Amino acid sequence: MAQEVKLFGMWASLYSRRIEIALKMKGVQFEFIEEDLQNKSPLLLKHNSIHKKVPVLLHNGMPIAESLIILEYIDETWLDNPILPRDPYDRAMARFWARFIDEKLIWISWDAFSSKEEDQGKAIEEACKQLKALENELKEKEFFGGDTLGYLDIAAIMVASWFGVMQEVMKVELLTEENFPILCQWVGKFVDCPIVKECLPRKEKMVEFTRVLLKDFLASK
Amino acid sequence: MASGSVADQEGKVMLLGFWFSPFVKRVEWALKFKGVEYDYVEQELTNKSTLLLTSNPIHKKVPVLIHNGNPIAESLVIMEYIDETWKQNPILPQDPYERAMARFWANFIEQKVTEPARDALLSQGEQQEKKVKELKEAMEVVEGEAKAKLNDKTLFFGGENGVGYVDIVLGWTCNWMETVEEVGGFKVLDPESQPQFHKWMANFREVPFIKPTLEPTEKLVEYFRMLRQARLGLVANK
Repeated sequence: MAQEVKLFGMWASLYSRRIEIALKMKGVQFEFIEEDLQNKSPLLLKHNSIHKKVPVLLHNGMPIAESLIILEYIDETWLDNPILPRDPYDRAMARFWARFIDEKLIWISWDAFSSKEEDQGKAIEEACKQLKALENELKEKEFFGGDTLGYLDIAAIMVASWFGVMQEVMKVELLTEENFPILCQWVGKFVDCPIVKECLPRKEKMVEFTRVLLKDFLASK
Repeated sequence: MASGSVADQEGKVMLLGFWFSPFVKRVEWALKFKGVEYDYVEQELTNKSTLLLTSNPIHKKVPVLIHNGNPIAESLVIMEYIDETWKQNPILPQDPYERAMARFWANFIEQKVTEPARDALLSQGEQQEKKVKELKEAMEVVEGEAKAKLNDKTLFFGGENGVGYVDIVLGWTCNWMETVEEVGGFKVLDPESQPQFHKWMANFREVPFIKPTLEPTEKLVEYFRMLRQARLGLVANK
């Protein structure tokens, strides 16, 4: 059966990049549709009427939204090169930590990057605690997924890219080699993977984009 | 208990919870639906046990499911684990697209219904008004979904399988929403503008394995009133 796969995304959205990585890992041909988030297309608004966000995967005309949900859909639809582990407990751990990144780590880290001076010390301490917890999940493994990239590695693109960008824009050190040698080692391996290299936007471009996005916030500091 | 030998832990299912927590209730519903035997261990909110703190060091919250000595936290993650471990009476649909839709709606419910409801319960004034407004808007979407998916033959979001993942995730509203309204002092439920949702709530309450688990509203009101006063007291003293 002819498969029609489209991905509505945006070059600077790491959530959108997650999906690109997964589709490429599975060897799925897809059409990428770049969205202007200031001027969202009628198609995007139709396919994700609830949240009006990217990424949205369109498979044979059926839309799926929310990056972690799309990752699971991809894994269940194209069965080669599994992204999630086989064992239910390992799957539960992968899901737990992916949610942790999206629902807790990013927000606490944003607090650490954006807090006023008097609150910043505490916020940084809290963010470091969370990063350490995530680092401990790597244990002795190459990747969160084991020997090869998996669901949690893809989810952790936020750690591999967003932190570096934010550190440069906000001039706050958080994820350092000194404090997180194992996690930083993972970042190095992750960004070196051929598929990730293809999918990761260049840091300078991201920094520039983020500076513009946060210009009002930065001006008020 | 956590230090028992592996052989002791084999097959054992333990659930750490609070009697008043809708998140814990979800997990119980999932276990009961599948006929899984489990030991329920009541926790204390202000005096968290070592077992809870070591099983969920990240969030320090209930529910925590401990299976074969291995802990899992976060109600939605636990529910998927339960579904993948005990295959009888599936909670999630089989088809990948249907599964994605069920997960989407579960996330929507959490972000747009559950969290604002909890925030509205524990806030007042402008803060609370904002959350109540969010909640009302989300309920319109929920009513829309109920109108689209449910009818006289299909009583639940789980479709022909009866109760499913979305029903269990949304299920807390059938009991706790009234409590939250009474304690928080606002109104969100409206049978006139939410007829399908109210039908769904009534049907959910009557499901044989759900009905006996529902706590009496007076008991919940008393407890959440105390919780709200404690939280507002803390905020006032800052």
